[in-house]
Amino acid sequence: MGDNVIEIRDLAKVYRMGEVEVHALKGVDLAVRRGELVAIMGPSGSGKSTLMNILGCLDRPTSGTYLLDGIDVSRLDRDQRAEIRNSKIGFVFQSFNLLSRTRAIENVELPMLYSEHGLSAEERARRSRQALARVGLAGREDHYPSQLSGGQQQRVAIARALVTDPAILLADEPTGNLDSRTSEEIMGIFQELNDAGKTVVLITHEPDIAAHAKRVVYVRDGLIWRDERIVQARPQPGAPALGEPEISFPFTIAPPESPQREERESREPLEVAR
Amino acid sequence: MKTSALRFWNIAKVGLLAISRNKMRSLLTMLGIIIGVACVITMVAVGTGASSSIQATINSLGSNFIMLFPGASTQGGARVFTGESRITTEDVDAIRNESPSVAYVSPSVRTSAQVVAGELNWGTSIYGVGVDWPFIRVWNVSEGDFFTDVDVRTSAKVAVLGATVAESLFPAGDAIGSSIRIKNVPFRVVGVLDRKGGNMMGQDQDDQIVAPYTTVMKQLLGQPRIGQVLISARSASQVNEAQTEIEALLRQRHRIPPGQESDFSMRSQEEIASTSAQTSRTLSILLGSAAAISLLVGGIGIMNIMLVSVTERTREIGIRLAIGAKGRHVLLQFLLEAVALSVVGGAIGVGLGLLVPNLVTRFAGMPTQVSSSSVLLAFGFAAAIGIFFGFYPARKASRLDPIDALRYE
Repeated sequence: MGDNVIEIRDLAKVYRMGEVEVHALKGVDLAVRRGELVAIMGPSGSGKSTLMNILGCLDRPTSGTYLLDGIDVSRLDRDQRAEIRNSKIGFVFQSFNLLSRTRAIENVELPMLYSEHGLSAEERARRSRQALARVGLAGREDHYPSQLSGGQQQRVAIARALVTDPAILLADEPTGNLDSRTSEEIMGIFQELNDAGKTVVLITHEPDIAAHAKRVVYVRDGLIWRDERIVQARPQPGAPALGEPEISFPFTIAPPESPQREERESREPLEVAR
Repeated sequence: MKTSALRFWNIAKVGLLAISRNKMRSLLTMLGIIIGVACVITMVAVGTGASSSIQATINSLGSNFIMLFPGASTQGGARVFTGESRITTEDVDAIRNESPSVAYVSPSVRTSAQVVAGELNWGTSIYGVGVDWPFIRVWNVSEGDFFTDVDVRTSAKVAVLGATVAESLFPAGDAIGSSIRIKNVPFRVVGVLDRKGGNMMGQDQDDQIVAPYTTVMKQLLGQPRIGQVLISARSASQVNEAQTEIEALLRQRHRIPPGQESDFSMRSQEEIASTSAQTSRTLSILLGSAAAISLLVGGIGIMNIMLVSVTERTREIGIRLAIGAKGRHVLLQFLLEAVALSVVGGAIGVGLGLLVPNLVTRFAGMPTQVSSSSVLLAFGFAAAIGIFFGFYPARKASRLDPIDALRYE
């Protein structure tokens, strides 16, 4: 058990919308081992976002337990969760979420500003440089996000997530705003990090992206619907996952022009050409 | 504790950076505070300056000074003219001759006119007074002589010029013996007064001409009514005695039955001083509170902009919260931003508040006196306003839900 970074038992989340109760999660069990690269997939409304919010300690479950790196975080208050987010979780978002008028290096330093162990300015700068170098952005420290391409901005975000050496990297649609070539680059970085021992949890609904994972967890209707370990070390992008499903179910990977993808693309702003 | 101090500074820097990135908006936000603080300091300076110069002028009258007004009764500090009564030159003579506690007495009438000397002319005030006037005002001539008793009795057309008037009409310094025309009446200049400088409310006391009251009444006013009588008691301790004597004398001369109010009134220097002190204190409070309201409005301006700023930066707040900022970190950031705005605004306001009174003195000729207490008060009030009005927006920011804030467009 000590090897599980994430251990969720019978997790449920109920939202109250006036008189109506919405059961977003209806009893989810999930364990993620240290060093895993897990993709969580599921259509809109499946409870995927709720699960991601709870995994990221942004939200609390209504019931059930969630052990993150051995700590029960399911009952923590606001400030305690902030501390956990700061020390245990590295977030990567779909829309990068960098501070726009702040240089790359300062963006990376940000989590350390709120860290419980106050680091000196020199130490913060040193670690930030290191993290930026790790994602291939050495020399871009003083660039502002607007001076960087989408892929580079996402690299800055990854560096920011890495800089505190968190227990998990939690990436929410990290390639959703990127073209396919840049997406591959970003996924390459996640895989490198994973190869180096980082636990990565990807939330995505793009099968191409999920195909980079060693394990794909499908969420549907608030439940874990399928949990597949992919035996093949690194499948070809776009190819169907070949791993032996634990439960057999006719599963088809949605082609890129599926309605689901189109819907997403029409909602999200396109990356501005630079 | 070192780490928390470090963290405090880091978060403080974030707030300060936000201000420097938005210079124009920050300046506009601070404007309310800047104007408010500068206003408070200036208004209090004007009030204090006015009151202290009034006090100085009144004190310079001497502690044995008494002023006698015709046809007035004092009630609650107000002087009510009845219009009917008058003090005659005979009354003045009677005071001089029959009141043992009175040292000097001089009637005083005033008019103003354009005074012409050769090709130059100058608008000024002309005071008709008696020969005791230099002793009562403790004001001597620097050149020539004051007019004499004979001049008064004969209504001689002679004049003594204030230093400013002399300079303006006779730039060459040849005033004595020259002729001037006041309302087309020719006067001979017999003397020039010592320079006294500004008086209460910044009036130039040297911008006046004194002439025998008899001449002014006959030649310039055309009526024998005396505006006021200036009296000097023999000593400060005899002021009350002198007032009692004059009261009895004039009531008798004006045939006022006992129990009826006098048709004249008197004020000693002390009374004038205390009334005017009270007036100027009221003035100061009035001006100061009007300015304080502008400070308050400035504070509301800060709150307004901070609320806009919080809404605008919802996403930024979401990012900060997501990566581990606690509510109090965000609260601190925005609170410090508001406080910094008001403190910087306050400091600029203090700078202006030290500058503007000088300009007021230079261009409006009003005496001003910046008091350190008003500077401290205005600055402290500004800082307090920053905390007070910054708290609500900052708290709002710190209570945002990170999930909602991240989703905010």
